Amino acid sequence: MLEAIGCIVRRDLLLALRRRSDAATALLFFVIVASLFPLGVGAEPNLLRSIAPGVIWVAALLSSMLSLARLFAADHADGTLEQILLGAAPLGAVAAAKTFAHWLISGFPMVLIAPLLALQYDLAPSLYGVLALSLLLGTPVLSLIGAIGAALTLGLRGGGVLLSLLVLPLYVPVLIMGAGSVEMASAGLGGQGLLLLLGALLVAAAALAPWGIAAALRISTE
Amino acid sequence: MSAQGIKWFWFASPQTFFPLAGALARWCAGAAAVLTLLGLYIGLFVAPTDATQGEAYRIIFIHVPAAWMSMLIYVVMAFWAAIGLAFNTRLSGMMARALAPTGALFTFIALWTGSLWGKPTWGTYWVWDARLTSELILLFLYFGFMALQAAIEDPRRADRAGALLAIVGVVNIPIIYYSVKWWNTLHQGSSVSLKSAPTMAATMFTGMIVMAAAFWLYSIAVALVRVRCIIREQK
Repeated sequence: MLEAIGCIVRRDLLLALRRRSDAATALLFFVIVASLFPLGVGAEPNLLRSIAPGVIWVAALLSSMLSLARLFAADHADGTLEQILLGAAPLGAVAAAKTFAHWLISGFPMVLIAPLLALQYDLAPSLYGVLALSLLLGTPVLSLIGAIGAALTLGLRGGGVLLSLLVLPLYVPVLIMGAGSVEMASAGLGGQGLLLLLGALLVAAAALAPWGIAAALRISTE
Repeated sequence: MSAQGIKWFWFASPQTFFPLAGALARWCAGAAAVLTLLGLYIGLFVAPTDATQGEAYRIIFIHVPAAWMSMLIYVVMAFWAAIGLAFNTRLSGMMARALAPTGALFTFIALWTGSLWGKPTWGTYWVWDARLTSELILLFLYFGFMALQAAIEDPRRADRAGALLAIVGVVNIPIIYYSVKWWNTLHQGSSVSLKSAPTMAATMFTGMIVMAAAFWLYSIAVALVRVRCIIREQK
């Protein structure tokens, strides 16, 4: 089982490395959306400082959702997915491995670049760490929940828009806790409580979501 | 079928359920109509005027039962979905599909009447109160469920995919509710809050219970009529 997981992660990372533009597009989307908000609401520093956590988190959420459609689509199109389903490795483990690889490609770069966006929004330097940590704990949850939606909408017409309708309501707790932890920290209340809750959510999602993804893949490919 | 006990799976087949659903739907619809008239009579004529809110509070007789139903129907839908996945019964998926539009309707009614009630009492149609926000998200969950089922052409796959989504949703609903509640206290959003009246007049309570029963029966009747249509469509 472990070699199957390692094999899938290595393969997906290698595929992403060969087509770097895909991962770069999602990251650019994140940066652009976050940069649009000051143009829309005005560049008043106090306002920007207060909306920064929410804006950066919403941008991360949208970017993560957009890249989800690619998670299983290519494998579904060329038949790899059917071979994986027929294979001996447990499907839940494979689903978790694919989701992890997807997060490494689409979610992790956002964690790294978020402090730069925080700089644009004039957030206090002490909050960079909290913001990055909240994204580090939160974006894997987004990938795990989103992967269920991606597996359910596999091969459907208008899959992208449908996926957003399925997945965005389920993202609400992550958004609230992620942005909330940064806001609590900036208000001097300490964001540890919400970060711990976010961690709990990550553990629960990591334990339960792979089953859901596996079941959804079976439903979509039968 | 075993000789002893109830034949649990007898009505699980669409063919045998079809006539039963028709008969049940007629009775439930009739009872719902009677109870609605009774409930509205109690609510609009018998119940006393509220001391603080005046006549505006009377929308409670629609609002509260609708809000109850909106949450209950999602749980019932997820229940049928889970049964459908576990036992592979076709009728369960059809029931879940038939319940979704009614649930969405009650969620919408709860939001709509809530905003109409909010204007005279809170002075605004919408506040980002924890209950309002989670009700709105519930509406989105219903829409997601219906959109997913509408997008899949094969009814078997549609039922199973919808079932999985409903189960994921029902696991998430408490998390969403509590997170929205924390978010609300974190933001100190609205100073107004829904005052729960502990000393509710007995007639008000009776009116609300009667209306809730009417909404229950209405939901059952409509879901059964809809499930009959779905059975006809798929045969």
